[in-house]
Amino acid sequence: MTLNRTITPPITDAVSFDLQLKKCNQYQLDNGVPVYSLDAGTQEVLLIEWVFYAGNWYEQKNIVAATTNFMLKNGTAKRNAFSINEHFEFYGAYLNRSCYNETATITLHCLSKHISELLPVVAEIIAASVFPEEELNTYRRNQKQRLEVNLKKCDFIANRLIDEYVYGIQHPYGKYTSTLDYDNLNREELVAFHRSFYTEGNCTIFTAGKIPANLDKQLNEIFGKLPLQQKTIPVIEHPLHPSTEKKFSIINDAEGVQGAIRMARPFPNRHHPDYSKVQILNNVFGGFFGSRLMSNIREDKGYTYGIHSYIQNHIHDSAWMISTEAGREVCEATIQEVYKEMQVLCNEPIEEDELSLVRNYMIGSVLGELDGPFQLISRWKNYVLNGVDENYFYNSVAQIKTTGADELQDLAKKYLNPDSFYELVVI
Amino acid sequence: MILYNRFTLDNGLTVLVHEDTATPMAVVNVLYDVGARDEHPDKTGFAHLFEHLMFGGSINIPEYDEPLQRAGGDNNAYTTNDLTNYYCQLPAQNIETAFWLESDRMLSLAFSEKSLAVQRKVVCEEFKEHYLNKPYGDIWHKMRELAYKVHPYKWMTIGRELSHVENAHIDDVKHFFFKHYRPVNAILVVAGNVKTDNIKRLAEKWFGPIPSGEKYVRDLPQEPVQQEARKLQVEAAVPLDAFIKTWHMDARLEKGYYVADLLTEILGGGGSSRLYQALVKEQKLFSNLDCYHFGTMDAGLLTIEGKLVKGTGMEQAENAITAELEKIQQTPIGEAELTKVKNRTESVIAFEDMSVMSRANSLAMYELMGDAALMNTELNKYRHITTEDVTQHSLQIFRESNSNTIYYHAK
Repeated sequence: MTLNRTITPPITDAVSFDLQLKKCNQYQLDNGVPVYSLDAGTQEVLLIEWVFYAGNWYEQKNIVAATTNFMLKNGTAKRNAFSINEHFEFYGAYLNRSCYNETATITLHCLSKHISELLPVVAEIIAASVFPEEELNTYRRNQKQRLEVNLKKCDFIANRLIDEYVYGIQHPYGKYTSTLDYDNLNREELVAFHRSFYTEGNCTIFTAGKIPANLDKQLNEIFGKLPLQQKTIPVIEHPLHPSTEKKFSIINDAEGVQGAIRMARPFPNRHHPDYSKVQILNNVFGGFFGSRLMSNIREDKGYTYGIHSYIQNHIHDSAWMISTEAGREVCEATIQEVYKEMQVLCNEPIEEDELSLVRNYMIGSVLGELDGPFQLISRWKNYVLNGVDENYFYNSVAQIKTTGADELQDLAKKYLNPDSFYELVVI
Repeated sequence: MILYNRFTLDNGLTVLVHEDTATPMAVVNVLYDVGARDEHPDKTGFAHLFEHLMFGGSINIPEYDEPLQRAGGDNNAYTTNDLTNYYCQLPAQNIETAFWLESDRMLSLAFSEKSLAVQRKVVCEEFKEHYLNKPYGDIWHKMRELAYKVHPYKWMTIGRELSHVENAHIDDVKHFFFKHYRPVNAILVVAGNVKTDNIKRLAEKWFGPIPSGEKYVRDLPQEPVQQEARKLQVEAAVPLDAFIKTWHMDARLEKGYYVADLLTEILGGGGSSRLYQALVKEQKLFSNLDCYHFGTMDAGLLTIEGKLVKGTGMEQAENAITAELEKIQQTPIGEAELTKVKNRTESVIAFEDMSVMSRANSLAMYELMGDAALMNTELNKYRHITTEDVTQHSLQIFRESNSNTIYYHAK
């Protein structure tokens, strides 16, 4: 019998899968620090993340939060920067730090067998970072040079400006760095910020991988005695100052051969009832390779290497964003095509065939993301920091399976109107 | 230890199966033994352009992505100077969809003119986005041309110039396909929640009927030993002076490769590495500094690259690097420092092996190098390296006559 290759093999619809989110263990250290722990995986590896409420939401002056976070590895009372780096690198471990808007993190990746050598030095960084003046000077100079290079890139400029338009330059989500900010930094501010938001700050620990049997005990001995969690997280309101102008076009490089296009509109956070449903609409629109924006603007017209839409991952306010780099001469045409796709979503219900494809794709992606301890803990962390629980997961999955075309069309009409979008091209 | 089963179909297609019941997913990885090094010098960028065309419909299936997404799957591909690799991941129940799709595009593409016309444009935008419209974006174009005089590593996978991609013709596409994209030149790896018996049945069903094709015999001109140092001065509209220097190093399977890999770690791997500590932190000559290589199959380049702190002269910067390289040539490194970089390698491998997709990819890669079993002996090769090896190879690599240097001046 010859094989008929035109016939699709039968598939099990991913929407019929019963997705289960592996539960996270939860316990508290003696000082009240909550620990979330996910024991899974086959490799002898471990991830531990310390999350502090120490993002730029809490700083009094621009880039104090980011600089404090960056310089955590640059010296403690007992060790200089070299010796901190050498210690982690000797054990083949990676100690990273990242600063976000609300939170700032310290992340350790290591082989499970080395964990007890590494934890005490992480504690030292939290309790006794010293921010040496010379390190600050080096950081300042190198970051200024890095910024100078980035300012030549149209995508970098576009990412900064679109956030400024949506949130305002004073808002933690909208502000950005100038060389002057580096000059204005002083050591005492870093020391004070570190004391308030790390040493005596509010910490949550996430652990994942092959968890050693006594990890809870080790964490409690080393971190359970630190003066963390003594104060409540300060409640700070940052008012939004969105731009009144909506359309911007900027020439950053007269010789540029591409333009960075960003289009964005304000969007509520994940506690809003539309949030999960809009994720489906967003997938149809520009959320994956098979989306309408990709099919039209890349695969049909060849204007760009890639175009994506997404909801920004923010805790407070958010935005619905469309992002691409397109040929200089087709930037305007690209923007018009984006609006055209919005219009179609508003005017015509999504056909069942396309919608079921997107549903299956989304469920398949979630299934893939439930695989592996690091991906799982990252999902749990996102839930914990956004104040939602596992019901959020099961609700989102249910929405993917059941939200109908009519409802999605209503959401398109509600959100995808061209007038509500900021529009920016940076060449 | 990564376990796998191997079998070969009658048409020469090599199949590896790695079973892992801990995941609900399956990965299908198809590696074709063709990369930018196999291109004609006047038609560069073709292997990569071709990768894009592989998504433009095959002989019996108008659209690759759509049925895969409908089956809950996702996919991607990449092209290097050495090889082209396609991989998809989907719920294990639906694995036959991946066999159907991958086998049809191995059987034959649709060779659509429209797809070629669009993907030429898409690749040109990719070229602009990554290499033309970025400060320092052309640095590797220039370095490859400086360092390689005969070996086809002298061009980038994206192509030597836009016109090569713009001029690609449908006949070139057909010829390339039937020369390289044949079962006998491919490796199929299936990993995840699968059973070898079932994979064998599916492989025979879907890939078995594809004509074997002719084995591509690679006969590339190897780069002769460089006899004198090469230097190039460039001026461009960038904010900072940049320095880049490369030295020829051994091919992927030679012992010298493993030593060179550890050398890049000693010199530039992390905040306690020698170059970072001496030149960024202590002497403050560079604002950033990297030491790396690309892990190429044929003899590659060990690279040191950085941006200069304003006010630093190029010669001053280069001399400071030379001084550090002389230290490693003249004074044996300590056991602790060697242990450090070996530990780092051990954990890199452990982290890489976490995801099924990455395991599938590695198996294909090592099989291409000769034997998938190499994946399980890799760490041992690093473990056997001694401090004497490091000294000896640093003397061999860091000879001035073996070097290529670009002073990339800010205008």
